[in-house]
Amino acid sequence: MKPSIQSLFFILLICISDFLSAQTTIAGKITDKKNPLIGVSITLKDTYDGATSDSSGKYSFKTSEKGEFILTATSVGYRPFEQTIRLEGKGILTIDIVLKEEITELSAVVISAGTFEASDRKRAGVVLTPIDIVTTASANGDVTGALKTLPGAQQVGESEGLFVRGGTAAETKIFIDGTLVNNFFQGGAPNIAGYGRFSPFLFKGTVFSTGGYSALYGQALSSALILESIDLPERTSASFGLSVLGVNGGYQELSKNKKFSWGGAYSYTNLGLAFAVIKQKQDYSKVPVIHNGDFNFRFKTSATGMIKYYGYFAKNSFDFTEKSIDSLGYFDRFGLKNFNTYHNIAWKESLGKKWKMNVGLSYALNQDDIKSGMKDANNNEVILSGLEFKTFNIDADANYYNAKLVLERRLKGISAIRFGGEYNYIDEKSIFTIYNGQQFSARLKENIKSLFAESDIYLTNKLAAKIGGRFEKSSMLDKTNIAPRFSLAYKLSKYAQASLAYGIFYQNPERKYLPSPDNLIFMKATHYVAQYMKLTALRTFRAEIFYKKYEDLVKTGITSGREVAINNDGFGDAKGFEFFWRDKKTIKNVDYWISYSYLDTKRDFLNFPYATKPNFAATHTASVVMKKFVQAWKMQFNGAYNYASGRPYYNIRYDGSKYYFADMGETQDYHNFSISFNYLPKIGKPDAKSFVVYVLQVNNAFNMKQVYGYEYSYNGFRKEQIVPPSRMFVYIGAFFSFGIDRTENAVNDRLF
Amino acid sequence: MKKTILILSAIFVASFSFAQMPDKFVKAMGANIARIDTAKTAQDWIDITAAFERIAEAEKNQWLPYYYVALGNVMSGTMSLGDNMYGNNMDKTDPKADAAEKALNKAISLSKETSETWVVKKMIISLRMLGDVMSRAMSAMPEATAALDNAKKLDANNPRIYILEGQDKYYTPEQYGGSKDEAKVLFEKAQKLFETFKPETSIHPNWGKNQIGYFLSLYK
Repeated sequence: MKPSIQSLFFILLICISDFLSAQTTIAGKITDKKNPLIGVSITLKDTYDGATSDSSGKYSFKTSEKGEFILTATSVGYRPFEQTIRLEGKGILTIDIVLKEEITELSAVVISAGTFEASDRKRAGVVLTPIDIVTTASANGDVTGALKTLPGAQQVGESEGLFVRGGTAAETKIFIDGTLVNNFFQGGAPNIAGYGRFSPFLFKGTVFSTGGYSALYGQALSSALILESIDLPERTSASFGLSVLGVNGGYQELSKNKKFSWGGAYSYTNLGLAFAVIKQKQDYSKVPVIHNGDFNFRFKTSATGMIKYYGYFAKNSFDFTEKSIDSLGYFDRFGLKNFNTYHNIAWKESLGKKWKMNVGLSYALNQDDIKSGMKDANNNEVILSGLEFKTFNIDADANYYNAKLVLERRLKGISAIRFGGEYNYIDEKSIFTIYNGQQFSARLKENIKSLFAESDIYLTNKLAAKIGGRFEKSSMLDKTNIAPRFSLAYKLSKYAQASLAYGIFYQNPERKYLPSPDNLIFMKATHYVAQYMKLTALRTFRAEIFYKKYEDLVKTGITSGREVAINNDGFGDAKGFEFFWRDKKTIKNVDYWISYSYLDTKRDFLNFPYATKPNFAATHTASVVMKKFVQAWKMQFNGAYNYASGRPYYNIRYDGSKYYFADMGETQDYHNFSISFNYLPKIGKPDAKSFVVYVLQVNNAFNMKQVYGYEYSYNGFRKEQIVPPSRMFVYIGAFFSFGIDRTENAVNDRLF
Repeated sequence: MKKTILILSAIFVASFSFAQMPDKFVKAMGANIARIDTAKTAQDWIDITAAFERIAEAEKNQWLPYYYVALGNVMSGTMSLGDNMYGNNMDKTDPKADAAEKALNKAISLSKETSETWVVKKMIISLRMLGDVMSRAMSAMPEATAALDNAKKLDANNPRIYILEGQDKYYTPEQYGGSKDEAKVLFEKAQKLFETFKPETSIHPNWGKNQIGYFLSLYK
């Protein structure tokens, strides 16, 4: 029997080795139809067997499995592939696989015509982060100040706001977390621009659309500035700042579970010290003083949901006189007391896998008390005959309520559809008191209800379209409008893309020319934008051409001594091209950008006798912004140069029946060099308990003369340059923040 | 006799197939873990990750394959950046960090949070930061520190914690708190810990000696 035992073992061995050698080889090539795909993982499902494709897209592996199995091929950026195969335990099975591209947010083209967008998740394009804003030398720490260094915006210094592509500041609307913000700027005075109310550090995302913006926004003929507020802070911290302009302090607390935070800040601004050192054109009896407080809370409602509240209060007052252009030896007086409060609550939430919801509510109250008049050399109030109109008081009280709901449903891939509604309620009351005590009161109420829908359609990673529309109903005009919006983007190469945008935009007549004795309609603008953009890791190039057509602009006339809207017979157009180049690569530790805008625009609006280039439009505008950080000195050097070619100015007079140009001309070119230094002694010490920034900023460092335009005396005989209140301005400040970091405490607790 | 042999062989075959599962698993894991030491390029790591992914998908109840999938994704993601560490790398880092995070969460759900999972968590945070250092460093750095703190809390003798700390110290410019000398101390500490460090089994995390060797060789 011995041999048979051996033979049995032998058979057993053969069986086992046969079992081991009963292998099937699976091999093939993986492509995306055209090119071989490298690094694709091929797996025989539920076994360990598989391979990764090599540099020619080929793969091959052996398996001892038998029967029906599923072969899968997966690679990031491609849709997973599955195929059922039968394994016989022998032979070679050739399976060539074609993978289809998956459309993802990171690889897809970005619909970008007309916009400068900054956000973390999407590819950082032309980003202006809060740090970018405060280190832009000419921005004065102001959001819109930094945006003026981008193409499309004018260098208008005599009044606040963004003048975009031939549009007035009133044609740019600003939105925070989806809802409209009225009175974004502190109240200014005639020919003195007010600053933005909100700190750049309140916002994590900025979209500055200079044309062709989304159907989610409306009531802006030219431009939309869309700001997204920050989420939970990274840690509990306190801050304190001191500057030549005032003091500020704040506190932010982040709960231990990192789901809730609250905080508040207060700042006191007093320009007394600055104005004592830097001589102003105006003579202040009351220097500008601003008390500003804010409060916020934010909490996570779920893994992806969050509710954010931000509340703001400000009191602002000043009073000054300056030499009157109308009567030699006399002075014009202007005083303002302003109270403003703004509250915004925003709630975002994912509703299941496909749906998202954004709700925003905001309320604002703005109260102005304006006193205008004339004074003599002894500072006594006077009323001069023929100039009585210069003495008046305005008491204005305005309430604004906004609500917005946006629902988003994800479609196939990253395509999505968004729709919703918006409600704006405006209630403005004003009492106008003239020199003899006679009062005129006015009250304007407006309800604007809007519905909108917009769809992002990604046809491939290379081609995407955004199609939308907006419906608005104004109770004041008793009119409705429907505005289509369309944009298209095509990826030319890995880094370059081209896009187109088209849209119709409607806006109500500016309320300062209302109420009107006549029936008015919406003003209308049509935008056409074409863009080329190339984005690499550290460089951005953008070129854009645009054409804009204005229709139904408001024309004004004189009714009982007041300039009011009379009809919608105005019109105009604007065309031009723009370049933007940002480079963080060529020069080590230097970040710079250059922008240039060419604008050709004419319009007939308000009291213009005929269509001509408006006084806020310069043909050529350019900016160069440079930032360099010197690590060894812990010092940041910033410089900015802004240029604008001369702007036209007009003396428009009324002959009793119609307006005419009594005089016109063009200002000299505008140049502004600004520099700033930031010293950060504690930078790069991750264990530092506090962080300090010292700032020295000099605006118009070469003390050059800047002329914004000309104003004319009432009788038309005299004209005077409109210039900034002072040529050069110097700002010095120190800011401290004290992080109360819980992980730090945890470490210390264990060590000691 | 014949019977005995038949029974024996039956037992042999039965026990063979019974033992096959863990044995095959341990062997497959071991073979791939051995490849970690020789992985030099992003492609090497992609291959290794794919192999672990296959094991993970086939086993589904073992946390270790998922752990190595997470590690592999971080490594291939980091290596794919080459010298371009400070650019806009989001398209490279984010999909890898997402994949790593998903695998790590799966590993944790199958087992628990350990010193080793926090080490990988820290590596994911750092990888994501490299997607856009300028805007992400501020929030990523404290997060990374916290992850390593958690790793220390669970096992302060895990040498990999100090390799990562040393790496950060080594590559951070001095003005930003980096120090090659302090890094060396950390590498040496990790090296010393390896003398006593015993992985639970042969397929539990035990990588890192090569990295220490590499970094310490830079001081010579």
